[in-house]
Amino acid sequence: MNANNWSERKALAGAVLEIDVRNHAGVMSHVVGLFSRRAYNLEGILVMPVGAGEQSRVWLKVIEDARLTQMIKQVEKLEDVLAVRRHGADHAVFERIEEFFRAA
Amino acid sequence: MSPSQPPASSTPQPETLSGAQIVVRLLERQGITTVAGIPGGAILPFYDALSESRSIHHVLARHEQGAGFMAQGMARATGRPAVCLASSGPGATNLLTAIADAKLDSIPLVAITGQVPQAMIGTDAFQEVDTYGLTIPITKHNFLVSSAEELLRVIPRAFTIAASGRPGPVLVDIPKDVQNQRIEVHEWPTPGAAEAPPAFDSAAIDAAAAMIRAAERPILYLGGGVVHSGAARQAVDLAEKAALPTVMTLMALGAMPVDHPLSLGMLGMHGARCTNFALDECDLLIAVGARFDDRATGKVAAFCPGARIIHIDIDPSELDKIKTAHVGIAGDVSAVLQALLPRVHAMPRTAWLARVARLKADHPLQTPGIDDVRSHYGLIAATAAALDDEATVATDVGQHQMWVAQAYPLRRPRQWLTSGGLGTMGFGVPAAIGAALAEPQRTVVCFTGDGSILMNIQELVTAAEEGVNLKIVLMNNASLGLVYQQQSMFYGKRTFASKFQAVPDFIRLAEACGIRAVDLDATQAPGAALTAALRTPGPCLIHASIDRDQKVYPMVPPGAANKEMIGG
Repeated sequence: MNANNWSERKALAGAVLEIDVRNHAGVMSHVVGLFSRRAYNLEGILVMPVGAGEQSRVWLKVIEDARLTQMIKQVEKLEDVLAVRRHGADHAVFERIEEFFRAA
Repeated sequence: MSPSQPPASSTPQPETLSGAQIVVRLLERQGITTVAGIPGGAILPFYDALSESRSIHHVLARHEQGAGFMAQGMARATGRPAVCLASSGPGATNLLTAIADAKLDSIPLVAITGQVPQAMIGTDAFQEVDTYGLTIPITKHNFLVSSAEELLRVIPRAFTIAASGRPGPVLVDIPKDVQNQRIEVHEWPTPGAAEAPPAFDSAAIDAAAAMIRAAERPILYLGGGVVHSGAARQAVDLAEKAALPTVMTLMALGAMPVDHPLSLGMLGMHGARCTNFALDECDLLIAVGARFDDRATGKVAAFCPGARIIHIDIDPSELDKIKTAHVGIAGDVSAVLQALLPRVHAMPRTAWLARVARLKADHPLQTPGIDDVRSHYGLIAATAAALDDEATVATDVGQHQMWVAQAYPLRRPRQWLTSGGLGTMGFGVPAAIGAALAEPQRTVVCFTGDGSILMNIQELVTAAEEGVNLKIVLMNNASLGLVYQQQSMFYGKRTFASKFQAVPDFIRLAEACGIRAVDLDATQAPGAALTAALRTPGPCLIHASIDRDQKVYPMVPPGAANKEMIGG
């Protein structure tokens, strides 16, 4: 990643991943660890239970680089990941909460 | 999975059992007959329950890493998931290297660790470590069990995950209170078994067959997945039918007999010149259960530069990871090859086979001294001559490993047990013990070096205790040979920290551990002494000094293209 600050990174092509997972205490470590151990930064993370709480949905905002296809394949291999869907960077899920992330 | 496994069954009367007893019963139902481990506080309830099992033999390792590699040896020799055990804290951390090694070589392993009671997790309790967190990146999957009830689901699932698709290690961390929790068991789950492999794309098979038909200079490139999938027969059939010169990765050795006319042996960093030259000329590379590891490919951009690529692997994330495939097929390689065979036309491919024969004649593997038992190649050849193809061959990691990979006539899948991906010194002796425990009818020979053997030397005591039919061939050059070689070749001969100033008396060391030892240095007839030692049942260490300045040749310098080999 050559872009160093947030405004530079924001200008790069992005993607939003929507990941359905089994809801338990370790699942976020499994998902996030795949990225951190490859020094692939996650720009945004949202997660909430869905339905009765057996499952959760994880939303990840990432910057697209050559590794993203491989990252998605790795996420799909996780035992507790049920589905992965890829969206464009303009997906509404992160835009609606931007107001909570304004610098003071 | 063994055919004797019981199906799911409801018990006539519910039994009240502890979590520990449930795990033991599930392992028994799984068909597990040998486990390796070391007890400690947090796993004592489990050990107490295990003491009552009549069908499971516990092998007491002398270090948890040894237990992990013994389980690996069992799994590599049989292809079935094997079990290792450790307590919490240092017991678990000592297992990590063996687990990571299993991950990189896709070995089905189920590691069961004790954990401090749930109420104490997160308090820095005695011998508490975050085993779950530590093992996330080195397992295929892991579990932290929170109730005895959960064990009925988790234990069979652990075996299913370890054995399904691309195999790998699974860790189950069980807090002590869960081991002690008593519940009523009304029904036993079906033992975990490998899930049916996913369906593959039939159109891609046709495309692959057409590419093989159209190719003028194809090469078949076999990886460890061929062994894991039990596809060696199909791979050889394909090679023979379509006249495909065949290379193997370190992990695939034995898949095609090395003296098969189509075999080019091992490719890559220490492959023969003819092998790497043939790859450089090929116009089609058919990769089967191989992952384009950097030790196999050298500089990737220069690997098979003129070739189109067919890549078959059960793990979809391997396709296009290093090299983009023209046809990628995600599927079980055994099933895919089976489907491919009838669609491939028999063809003589005379010109290409003649060219490969020319390369073999002009640039064969050089094995100087192969007739002299006191040389490294000669020791390997004499060992092979004293044994047959039923013997299992394990190695440690270093120069001896590469010499054995080059020169031992491997002819059988699962004959060859070596630490490929992680390259773990210390792998050899405990893995060989595990193989000998799993298949006591075979002779298991472990080639090792004086650097490697010291990294798990304590398991000599375990070998003596178990009386395994293990012959350790120790090639002693009083150095970390591969480090010494790299420093000699690429670091201006500054051979720093690679020569041992003090070397133990390995003969007395083996004897002190309860193992017979033979010193080939001290005999006038080393060949006869070697043969006699190999043919006498039970554990034995065979010691031979070798020349420190011998190198593994050819060698592709790190980062260079495979055709830029030095030596050989």
